[in-house]
Amino acid sequence: MSENAKLPPLPTGTFAERAIIWSKKNLFDGWFNTILTLGSIAFLFWLIPPIVEWAIVNATLSPTIEGCAEASGACWGFVNANLRLILFGTYPFDEQWRPLLAMILLMGIICGSLGGVKYPGMRKAIIPMWVIGVPIIAILMWGGVFGLTYVQNSYWGGLPLTLILSSIGVIFAFPFGLLLALGRQSHMPAIKTVSVVYIEVIRGVPLITVLFMASVMFPLFLPDGVTIDKLLRAQIGIILFTAAYLAEVFRGGLQAVPRGQFEAGDSLALSYWQSMRLIILPQALRLVIPPTVNSFISMFKDTTLVVIIGLFDFLGTVKLALRSDPAWTKYYVEGYAFAAAIFFLICFSMAKYSAYLEKELRKGEQR
Amino acid sequence: MTVATEPTTGAVPPPSKEDVITVNKMNKWYGNFHVLQDIDLSVRKGERIVICGPSGSGKSTLIRTLNRLETYQSGEVFVDGILLGDDVKNIEAVRREVCMVFQHFNLFPHMTVLENLTLAPIWVRKMPKKQANELAMHYLERVRIAEQAHKYPGQLSGGQQQRVAIARSLCMQPKIMLFDEPTSALDPEMVKEVLDVMVELAKEGMTMLCVTHEMGFAKEVADRVIFMDAGQIVEMAGPQEFFDNPKSDRTKLFLSQILSH
Repeated sequence: MSENAKLPPLPTGTFAERAIIWSKKNLFDGWFNTILTLGSIAFLFWLIPPIVEWAIVNATLSPTIEGCAEASGACWGFVNANLRLILFGTYPFDEQWRPLLAMILLMGIICGSLGGVKYPGMRKAIIPMWVIGVPIIAILMWGGVFGLTYVQNSYWGGLPLTLILSSIGVIFAFPFGLLLALGRQSHMPAIKTVSVVYIEVIRGVPLITVLFMASVMFPLFLPDGVTIDKLLRAQIGIILFTAAYLAEVFRGGLQAVPRGQFEAGDSLALSYWQSMRLIILPQALRLVIPPTVNSFISMFKDTTLVVIIGLFDFLGTVKLALRSDPAWTKYYVEGYAFAAAIFFLICFSMAKYSAYLEKELRKGEQR
Repeated sequence: MTVATEPTTGAVPPPSKEDVITVNKMNKWYGNFHVLQDIDLSVRKGERIVICGPSGSGKSTLIRTLNRLETYQSGEVFVDGILLGDDVKNIEAVRREVCMVFQHFNLFPHMTVLENLTLAPIWVRKMPKKQANELAMHYLERVRIAEQAHKYPGQLSGGQQQRVAIARSLCMQPKIMLFDEPTSALDPEMVKEVLDVMVELAKEGMTMLCVTHEMGFAKEVADRVIFMDAGQIVEMAGPQEFFDNPKSDRTKLFLSQILSH
């Protein structure tokens, strides 16, 4: 029998006719699916209109407490009125163009680096971009030179702080995690033991504990007079924590590369590091793109925990704005909804990029 | 060339000048399992040796000790005058002169055919990229697959992949080639294209050790055929002697089993 004979005839007729055929087949085939379909429609009718009414129809952008009191819907005026506090925290008001610029620059560098996958010509620019960009961001944030007033990093906050903590976190946790994963597979007992103990201890401890240790306990071990900045300690805590998780993700990738690939590298007289860099890691890392990005997404959200050691990240500044005037406090739903939307936007972009990256890297190689 | 500097142990004679491979009383265990027992073997330059035997007889393990993909516990292995022991420098020196073709090709799936071939010349031999590309195209033509240079391994048939793997080894311009069941993973219709390449190579004087069940190949090109069973070299003879007049019963049984159909 030919393959074509088994295929159902292509649907014909007007759009409406085809729509009826489609829904009969997909939505109303049998009593159970019919109930599910009708139930789902009823649920959406119950859920969506009130949300739209609250968030859009009856909402107000009026940035005053009086304006908000009049509206029966959402008070986006809260966000409107406190936008700069939410975005930049306690950074001196007149200098807030600096974190804004730093944030835009950081986003630009990140996008430029990610674009290297599509445009090979850009790959050479990635390292120079970071080498030049990071000091510029540091100068913008700290100041103290070129006529910029010095801003202590305890005044930093909001979205720039969240973005800096997480992107520096990724940049350092990635290579460190890679070394831990290789260490865990090492034939040298000392290196293997150190890696395993590190990974297991850090994974066994909540991030909050690591941050507390970094901010409260760690200074106790330092000699008198030596202090390490609170922000730096939080950053190191995040890096150390994320690296342990990434190490396990990378180990999964390394184990999935067939033994024959290692042997082929060996038989061609490549050294261990050459084999790793040229043969094993390109394959291993490609296999673990989804769980790696998963780790990055959870790290991005975990940076909100720095609020417990007194740093005001993006979520912390929302809280700060809510507390800035008792009259605003009741609009916490709007505040958190705004924060959630921004977090979702960034995390969703990461997930989308991960899917794109997988597809792009697999091109051409498949049978 | 690095010559082994470690003193040889015991009363074992040093390798003779003509031998490119000398194995002295080599033993290997996997736990309690004695995979290789008192192996003695010497291979002269330009010699073609076929190793056969039932599965689990240690034949693959034996040739894998010759480029140190497998370690051994006692005895000595000299390759190209270099003692293969724990010394990493010696191991790398041997691997630069000895290449291996695997049963499952082990091409690098994330690189094009051309990149597969030029990788080792560029990184190990420090050859300029342009020269490496020319060398690679030369060997791809020799294995009659030059038109596939820019494809990825996954887009080629098994026979084509194995010919690429042979070309990849040749790009290192090795003194010795090891073949570990190069046709066992191929569909029957692709075996010939790979064997043809190997026969040509043999006729050009390459020193070859080949683990295979292709007895036709053994008859055509081998200088010596080795039969292994249970970790021992049971019989070693010229192909005519080996096939027409095998000495041991185990060899006779094996030959009757694989030549019966």
